[in-house]
Amino acid sequence: MQSTKKKGLKRFFSFKRKYLAIPYSVFLALFVIVPILIILVYAFTDTLDDGTLIFSFKALTSFFTSPSKINVLVVSLFIGILNTLICLLIGYPLAYLLANNKYNKNKILVMLFVMPMWINFVLRTGATRDVLSFLGINGGNHPYLATMIGMVYNYLPFTILPLYTTMLKLDKSQIEAARDLGCNPVQTFTKSILPQSIPGIVSAAEMVFMPTISSYVISDTLSEGKVTLFGNIIYLNFSQSQWNEGSFMAFVMLILVGITMLISKKFDKGEARISANNLW
Amino acid sequence: MVNQENELLLTSPSEKKARFKRKRDKVIAQFIIWTILIVMYIPILVLIAYSFTTADNIGTWTGFSFDLYARLFTSKTGNEIMVALGNTLLLALASSLISVILGTTGAIGAFYSKKRTRTAIESVTQIPVVNAEIVIAMSLTVMFVFVGSYLFGGANVFSFWTLLAGHVILSLPFVYLSVKPKLQQMDPALYEAALDLGCTQRSALFKVVVPEIMPGILSGFLLSITLSLDDFIVTAFTRGSGLLSGEKTIETLSTLVQAKIKKGPIPPEMRALTTFILIAVFLIVLGITIYNNKAAKKNKVRKGRE
Repeated sequence: MQSTKKKGLKRFFSFKRKYLAIPYSVFLALFVIVPILIILVYAFTDTLDDGTLIFSFKALTSFFTSPSKINVLVVSLFIGILNTLICLLIGYPLAYLLANNKYNKNKILVMLFVMPMWINFVLRTGATRDVLSFLGINGGNHPYLATMIGMVYNYLPFTILPLYTTMLKLDKSQIEAARDLGCNPVQTFTKSILPQSIPGIVSAAEMVFMPTISSYVISDTLSEGKVTLFGNIIYLNFSQSQWNEGSFMAFVMLILVGITMLISKKFDKGEARISANNLW
Repeated sequence: MVNQENELLLTSPSEKKARFKRKRDKVIAQFIIWTILIVMYIPILVLIAYSFTTADNIGTWTGFSFDLYARLFTSKTGNEIMVALGNTLLLALASSLISVILGTTGAIGAFYSKKRTRTAIESVTQIPVVNAEIVIAMSLTVMFVFVGSYLFGGANVFSFWTLLAGHVILSLPFVYLSVKPKLQQMDPALYEAALDLGCTQRSALFKVVVPEIMPGILSGFLLSITLSLDDFIVTAFTRGSGLLSGEKTIETLSTLVQAKIKKGPIPPEMRALTTFILIAVFLIVLGITIYNNKAAKKNKVRKGRE
């Protein structure tokens, strides 16, 4: 009798590998799931004067009836898409050249392109602002241009990395076969290189799009507060203690995140990002 | 014979033309690569160039001097910068260590769990990866206020520890995701063999599994450091009073520089620090590249032997 009890206790306390996931899961539950649930509660409630929350769609109606908030959504999406496109347009050919043995054999050069990621981005943003205002482009006269330049400067290294790793994996014999079978350079690109590099494009776009929309420092610094993106308005709502409005904006962002996640789900995201980071 | 034929071919006009074309393409490619690289580095390089003069603004040169480097260690602003640097490094190291331990154990645990548990853990892991940083920051802060007002009777819970939790959340999923593929690549027989040879479960884990997944752990650690060093939003939202030198609110490099550039140009002393940052980053990244190249070559040799 006693021995079975002892055994049971021992079994209960004995080490099992799957127990190792417990601290991780608890941490994620406490600091990821609970905060998001609280945000959802705030997004669909209203705070009374004594601090109690009552269920209400006030934040929702204030979002859809306020032209300035809709404007933030439109401007954010526009800048997000434009920045993603510019970064891809520069990053894609660059990554192709860097990964191609014919044009570049220097690994250190690749490293130089991603090195800005390791230099504090607020510092880089400040430097970009100071140099731009020396050149006569500042938030006062060209807020959108200055913001765009700052965005491209900041996010280009993030696009180069996933694109470069995809380019390294391009099936060279397939490209050669396309050429041998009579494809001209344009056809070779559209029929062989482009389809093969789509996972890289998707993970590059993913690394630029959402962070651009939700960025705070870059738009705030380079446009001198004239360009308001999602990040800026959430920050503003929060610093003015408008938690319900801020939470609803965060909820809208969560929906946007969900949409981009669904779009990129087909392309096995995450993997590319990690393999990109395993480069060094 | 073959050689002669080759030489003949090489010197034929069409081959010469092809060689010229290849060379020309390479020159154009190198030109594009270097132009983008230089344009990318202009702001940083300008900042560093102006660290050798004492002017308050970029664009005015008041003569060459090392004054700013001295001021970095002596002036009041210099002192602020140094405290912020200390905070930044302390936070990056602490949060990365915690992330690595939690993330690695989490990945191992999930790997040996039932499929349903694993899927659940992995979907939650994806949330901070894809989520916007500002939403992470805001939701954490709202929760901390909530906890402070309902569990601690209105106390302000913001401190170094809330900041640390915020940074751990930023990097934790990335550690998990870098360790996971290494676990999948691992030969499962190794662990069984260790048990058969008399290892306890725990020692088999430490002596067999951990060394196998070490590259994943290391890259997760590096990634955590990068994410923590670069963070502004989560820091700005979740910080409280500092651990070092009894500050009222903890300042990291990001928050300090942001506060300064909101009012004016980058403080001159910061330009001197930029030089050190660039050199340090360059050396670290160079070291890692060389190490990786060596490891890759070693792997190639090993594969060749097999």
